[in-house]
Amino acid sequence: MIERSYEKFFRQNRLPHLWCPGCGNGIVMKAIVQAIEKNPNFTQDNTVIVSGIGCSSRASGYMDFDTLHTAHGRAIPFATGVKLARPELNVIVITGDGDCTAIGGNHFIHGCRRNVDLTVILFNNNIYGMTGGQASPMTPLGKKATTAPYGSVDRPFDACKLAEAAGATYVARSTAFHVQHLVKTIEDGLNNKGFSFIEALVQCPTAYGRRNKMGDPAKMMAWMRDNAVMKTAWDKLPDDKKVGDKFPIGLFYKAESVDYDTAYQKVIDAAGGGKQ
Amino acid sequence: MSARLMQGNEAIAEGALKAGVRFFGGYPITPSTEIAESLAKLLPKVGGTFVQMEDEIASMGVVLGASLAGKKVLTASSGPGISLKQELIGYASAAEIPVVIVNVQRVGPSTGQPTAPSQGDVMQARWGTHGDHSIIVLSSWSVREAFDIAVKAVNYAERFRTPVILLTDEIVGHLRENVELPNEVEIYPRRAPKISRAEGYEPYAPDEDLVPNVANFGEGYHIHVTGLIHDETGFPSGSPKVTREAIKRMHDKISRADDEIIEVHKEFMDDAEFAVVSFGGTARTAYEAVLNARKRGIKVGFVRLITIFPFADKIIRELSKNLRGLIVAELNFGQLVNEVERAVAGQCAVKLCAKYDMTIFEPEEIEQSIDELIAEVNGQ
Amino acid sequence: MRKQLRLSGSGGQGVITAAIIFAEAAVSEGKNAVQSQSYGPEARGGASKSEVIIDDEKIYHPHVKTPDYVLAMTQKAADKYFHDLNPDGVLILDDDLVPTSPDFKNIIRVPITKLAVEKLGRALFANIVALGVLVKVTKLVDFETIKKSVAHRVPPHTVEQNMTALQLGFDAV
Repeated sequence: MIERSYEKFFRQNRLPHLWCPGCGNGIVMKAIVQAIEKNPNFTQDNTVIVSGIGCSSRASGYMDFDTLHTAHGRAIPFATGVKLARPELNVIVITGDGDCTAIGGNHFIHGCRRNVDLTVILFNNNIYGMTGGQASPMTPLGKKATTAPYGSVDRPFDACKLAEAAGATYVARSTAFHVQHLVKTIEDGLNNKGFSFIEALVQCPTAYGRRNKMGDPAKMMAWMRDNAVMKTAWDKLPDDKKVGDKFPIGLFYKAESVDYDTAYQKVIDAAGGGKQ
Repeated sequence: MSARLMQGNEAIAEGALKAGVRFFGGYPITPSTEIAESLAKLLPKVGGTFVQMEDEIASMGVVLGASLAGKKVLTASSGPGISLKQELIGYASAAEIPVVIVNVQRVGPSTGQPTAPSQGDVMQARWGTHGDHSIIVLSSWSVREAFDIAVKAVNYAERFRTPVILLTDEIVGHLRENVELPNEVEIYPRRAPKISRAEGYEPYAPDEDLVPNVANFGEGYHIHVTGLIHDETGFPSGSPKVTREAIKRMHDKISRADDEIIEVHKEFMDDAEFAVVSFGGTARTAYEAVLNARKRGIKVGFVRLITIFPFADKIIRELSKNLRGLIVAELNFGQLVNEVERAVAGQCAVKLCAKYDMTIFEPEEIEQSIDELIAEVNGQ
Repeated sequence: MRKQLRLSGSGGQGVITAAIIFAEAAVSEGKNAVQSQSYGPEARGGASKSEVIIDDEKIYHPHVKTPDYVLAMTQKAADKYFHDLNPDGVLILDDDLVPTSPDFKNIIRVPITKLAVEKLGRALFANIVALGVLVKVTKLVDFETIKKSVAHRVPPHTVEQNMTALQLGFDAV
């Protein structure tokens, strides 16, 4: 029998989930709990899962921790409040491409800047799935959406580059296809004391793949397999090979920097407050 | 403690701290900034946390997160900042998260007149966020009362697990006067679960007072908090019955305590034929106008709303039975007057004394309004 | 007895701080005091006005209607704020910054800013010099009390210079 010890991290009475058949969100949600399982400092009692609004953000409801399903775009401010109020808690944020980089874009870059000890996992399905397939700031150029019926002309964000530029201290990308890599990437993010950002590509067969003739979920995952290039290999690739749908995955950036709680503790010490 | 000179905004910071607030998130805006500045200095001295956020929305989000993690929390703003906070004030209402929001009113709409006094946010305080919701709105007319009201606001937020709006104004916010603050105040503690998970704890199951004992994060209860309409487990429900009951309970938990929450300061009402209704900084001027009018032999009383919402329907209705007319003096185009008229329900004349030109009332202006009301009533 | 003061000038001259210190001194002598202010959006250079009411009785309406004393540190402030002075009141003007005296019978001209610059090297102390003048003219608070209030408000390393500034103002009238 296959070991399914990660199942204890789910609220069995809240399953099955609401995601469509073939959706990639469940793969990333499972990867998160598998990464948690590997880290003895993360328990179900001392870990808080915070999410925004959208398909991916429904994950918090299925996970058996203290969970906070916030308002659209606002997961990072709420998570910042939890972490600053109780630094001993571990705080993980689940967000989507629209939630994090559109309506929550300002909170995202400022969360990075403050280097609050959060692990933010962006489920990137390139589309607004819950509302039925509108273009997001991470919809690639030319791809179709209900609000971009002739193909998107909005230049997309590279959320990883954005996070690095804004001051995140751990930045990485993986996909729903590269499950073991994804788990390891999240695991490393959990271990970083500071703002960790992980972009996880997920397939949305219903609102994105179908409209863009990307085939069934298996084909969408095959696309990830065929186009993702590990960072080390990507760096050696000549520019004329970095074309078409090719994209890098792996660890993009890691830095040692004082996290916000540690910095603010110095303020408390300077003010003579001790810690209550 | 001996008397000292203190600003209204500082008194709010002191009161909140005394009531147990240990977390503030905010964004700079005139004329509320002194509250943030005071707490940036004071909170770390008691091991609390101050954080300046990237915008007003984040300021609301960060305090709600901190509240769920068990801290008593405060945020403060004004004008456009309060408009931006409305989304998450609704979240606090739906998810029943204790939070106090201070609105030091200034002239609007939009950027308006940033340093000038106004009381133009009365109806926004009640209805600013979308959807049916209940809320508590308190005001103060003095620096000392700003301290007391801050304590009360924090206690109500905790007791009813609701957003409480402290609707102050630039007049009291920036006024300095002598105060003597108490060393001890009565504090309502954070509500705690009464049963364990094993015993079937449900975070949104109402207690006898209809308020749920939602556990803090990190205490092993594995609760789920959402802005979606949810049942007693805290999880979203698509049921019409659950939706109806949830919305009704959110209203009932406050309305059943109306008599306790609603506080009205009345003076000279025993023989009064007329009265002036006001609140906040304007009430200071109204009081002087009433004193002056009484010196001229006019039987006019003074009614000051300390609790703006829930509105003092019953009290105003009862008073109006024995009056010939009421003046509503407010530093806006006319907002509170509609609530007063609704409560009075035609039992006496109601006249608006409005001002919206950046300056506060002079007592003579309110006195003139009293004289006009009397002439109108006598002329009928 | 109610006494009402209006301190006016332009942003950066410190009239609001002076008003706060004056009110603090009155409070520490057991009187009731309220201090209010109005100012433009500029941190420096805009019109600035602060009012103080001192009374043994409770103070409700916080605005000064008929000031007993007006301090004006600019010509613009002098022209704007002397009109509603109590006819028996006093108008105190900065001698250099208000070249033209408004039409008022009881005017005291003091080289406030000049004293600060010449004796202390910085115009920054003008508001404290003005406080010394106000204490002497109004007799509303004791000189020893205002010393304590100033010392309490200003940065510790400037206390000595501020005491000199107070004395300069006090002795100038």
